[in-house]
Amino acid sequence: MSAFRVEVRVMPRGALLDPQGQAVTHALQALGFGEVGGTRVGKHLVLTVDAVSAGAAETRVRAMCDRLLANPVTEDYQVAVEPA
Amino acid sequence: MRRVAVVVFPGSNSEIETVDACRDAGSDPYYVWHKDTGLRGADVVILPGGFSYGDYLRSGAIARFSPIMDAVAAHARAGGPVLGICNGFQILCEAGLLPGGLVRNDRLRYVSRPVRLRVEAVDTPFTNAYRRGEEITIPIAHGDGRYVADAPTLAALEAEGRVVWRYAGENPNGSTNGIAGVCNAGHNVVGIMPHPERLNAPVLGGQDGARVFFSLEARDATQPDGDLRAVGGHHSGM
Repeated sequence: MSAFRVEVRVMPRGALLDPQGQAVTHALQALGFGEVGGTRVGKHLVLTVDAVSAGAAETRVRAMCDRLLANPVTEDYQVAVEPA
Repeated sequence: MRRVAVVVFPGSNSEIETVDACRDAGSDPYYVWHKDTGLRGADVVILPGGFSYGDYLRSGAIARFSPIMDAVAAHARAGGPVLGICNGFQILCEAGLLPGGLVRNDRLRYVSRPVRLRVEAVDTPFTNAYRRGEEITIPIAHGDGRYVADAPTLAALEAEGRVVWRYAGENPNGSTNGIAGVCNAGHNVVGIMPHPERLNAPVLGGQDGARVFFSLEARDATQPDGDLRAVGGHHSGM
């Protein structure tokens, strides 16, 4: 077993209104960053996971996402694994 | 007199009003702790409002894995009445006992004030003492109350008469189709974002929420309550 650092990115579903992202876009534009056309705000989770391989760690973390870390009705997620 | 289990999670904050509202309606309510595994012979289960587990991760996401939830799910699948109020509604969605989900209000603000609602479905255990299409006023108090679901789910909810309450007039949170409450296919599991237990007696400034709880006792009631009968000049329907 070795330790892996697993980063999970959870984002609101693309079809859903993201009022936090809109608010950030408006704030950036008000600060003069007119080139910002859109923002979406999500969550970034960093897990330390013991597993026999990077693939095994990813499989387990995907199961965690499906059960708890992301809501499939409202969110999508991505998983990235690297040695701890 | 029906036995009503009101489930208390760490962070629940509306359980006392919920028990009071049940008692006022003639039920026999009692608390069940989230770490319990049995409902002690409940006829009805209510998940009250609050901020279970601090709303960490997502509202209701952690509470849905509480030990008591297996018994709540079994009760629901057996056709037993289950009501989720506010955070309870969010927990039922996270648990998959109700479709869809509840996300951040469109204007990002926590909103706490009375709202107008239209009762759209009266064929549930919690709305049978209302008249279909009746408009009522009860308070909301939430930051994550915008109901969302995918298009097929929304179409099914509308076609099958499973939108139980809808915001009348102003939509306070951007909820899809103005949805304030829904039920499952069996109509026995019901979720509502507003708080009927907070407006169930004249001393509170109104009693439009009382019949949610009287509905549970309606089949046993022999006489409508004098106060209730006076609501807007309408008979309570009991």
